[in-house]
Amino acid sequence: MNSVLHPAIEVRDLELDYADYPVMRNLNFSVQKGDIFIVMGGSGCGKSTILKALTGLLEPIKGDILYNGINFWDADDTGQCDIMRRFGVLYQGGALWSSLTLGENVALPLQLYSKLSAAEIREMAELKLSLVGLGGYADFYPSEISGGMRKRAGLARAIALDPDIIFFDEPSAGLDPISAKMLDDLILQLRDTFDATIVVVTHELASIMAIGNNSVFLDGESKTMIAAGNPRELLANSSDPRVIQFLTRGMKSGVK
Amino acid sequence: MNKMIRTKLSSEKLAFDYSAPKILRLKLGGNWQIGAEHPAIGEVIAHLATHADLEQITLEVFPTLSWDSGLVSFLLQLSKECKHRNIRFAHEGLPQKIEKLLMLASSSINEAIPSRKAASEPFFEMVGGKAMRAAAGLRALFDFLGEITLAFGRLAEGKACFRRDEFVYILQRCGVDALLLVSLISVLVGMIFAFVGAIQLTMFGAQIYIAHIVGIAMVRVMGAIMAGILMAGRTGASFAAELGIMQTNEEIDALKTLGVAPVDFLVIPRILALVIMLPLLTLYANMMGILGGMVVSAGMFGINPLEYWHHTLMAVTLNNLWVGLVNSLAFGIIVAIAGCYHGMKCERSAAGVGTATTSAVVSGITGIVIATAIITFICQIFGV
Repeated sequence: MNSVLHPAIEVRDLELDYADYPVMRNLNFSVQKGDIFIVMGGSGCGKSTILKALTGLLEPIKGDILYNGINFWDADDTGQCDIMRRFGVLYQGGALWSSLTLGENVALPLQLYSKLSAAEIREMAELKLSLVGLGGYADFYPSEISGGMRKRAGLARAIALDPDIIFFDEPSAGLDPISAKMLDDLILQLRDTFDATIVVVTHELASIMAIGNNSVFLDGESKTMIAAGNPRELLANSSDPRVIQFLTRGMKSGVK
Repeated sequence: MNKMIRTKLSSEKLAFDYSAPKILRLKLGGNWQIGAEHPAIGEVIAHLATHADLEQITLEVFPTLSWDSGLVSFLLQLSKECKHRNIRFAHEGLPQKIEKLLMLASSSINEAIPSRKAASEPFFEMVGGKAMRAAAGLRALFDFLGEITLAFGRLAEGKACFRRDEFVYILQRCGVDALLLVSLISVLVGMIFAFVGAIQLTMFGAQIYIAHIVGIAMVRVMGAIMAGILMAGRTGASFAAELGIMQTNEEIDALKTLGVAPVDFLVIPRILALVIMLPLLTLYANMMGILGGMVVSAGMFGINPLEYWHHTLMAVTLNNLWVGLVNSLAFGIIVAIAGCYHGMKCERSAAGVGTATTSAVVSGITGIVIATAIITFICQIFGV
């Protein structure tokens, strides 16, 4: 019932610091179920810090983060674990465990949080790898595959438990345009087939325009969000020169 | 007439309908999510085996079906089995999302990728392989020693390039930062020697000779060994981890492309620092060990500390001191080379850094023991 009434993620008056250095304040936005929500902004504006806060790794100094109406930082340890178990996170470099094969990397969350048999886990890991285009690579180690493949393997691990929310940290960074496009398509397919809510932290304009249906724009100088909405609509309608400059790669001054 | 067979596990989850000739209609329903109990693929395969004339499997769903990857995984295995048995797998009756996932998963299965499961290696091949790897490792070690020799040659000519500030920092890490640990261990070792010796010596009323045992043992070999082992565990491991992570982060490649020899920049300062610091730490460890022996002698056997000191000076000759210092010099070189070698040859992964660190400590300590044996043997031959 909660998931019908509440947004998948709701951020209220959030204030974050990093090593006692204020990073963001007055953040207010919500992510609806099935959204592909983009957190964008220039380098060093605090995008990754927000991702840390959204994935439960960084406690805000003020404000609330709610998942399906449940306040994460008000929940006890078990409650927080239950919420985090419904997350899948793809880190920038894949963050695969190097001593495990790709199959073992994907299997580990299933071993920890499901009661599947070893054979079922193996099949499930193979399925997830196949879904990201790595069918047949289960016995390879992360060091034996390319950076783009590592990212996809990281995504296979992120979707191992069919999460409700999948977070992506700079998914296209370091990828060639074709691989980046493939990853964008994959994100769309995962959203459509798994009904997942997707949060993408990125500053890749092509990806932002291709997949995002909602977004928040962060400004490093004022340390807060300065725009929110569909990125294509922001490009067409925003009156903020910083947003326009960013979304046009500085081609337009942003003064209308 | 419809011929419906229900599975053993749950009639709502999987039903077999053979009403049409050579066609099996599989009806799926109920909870097929990860963790929910549902029919095993083996059960369906067993059904297929009993119907050799089957040409098609048609999938249909009951409205009660709730699914996630659990069902997709089941269907993917079923489709592989159908392909294997030349049975048409008609999935058009599935919800569109499941179909999409099945197609996505099937499209990427590349049978050209070789299986990575290691075949069992014949015994002699395995032994031969290990011997060849050991020989290659030895060659790499000699290459590294050669590079170090050349780097010291460049250092002597004033052409080696490294940062003095960093050298001073490494000196501090190898020396001053290790003092507390060396103090603690050396005092305790001195006390242990004193206890062990005293048990025998008191039987003859010769407990004053505790000073001789502790003094000679510490100064001649134990001070150097204890300092060396501590440095292998502390500094050697840190060298390996540091250089290993630099290798992983391509920092060493960046030095090479800059035209800087990594051995000059990274290895030489580390070897120099340990070669300078380990003898000094050994002298310090000797003093601490003697102090430990003195505390036990004074506290438990009533020996006057001045008398103890006097006997120590009588027992410990300059030769003992030189042997200890030569030991420590050798240990410094061994620990530094072990740490740097394993760090520089580290694989570019977290596991590689772990292996490099372990190898550095193990080979450092092994090297110390072997070097002690060799030096002791040589001293014995020359009567030192």
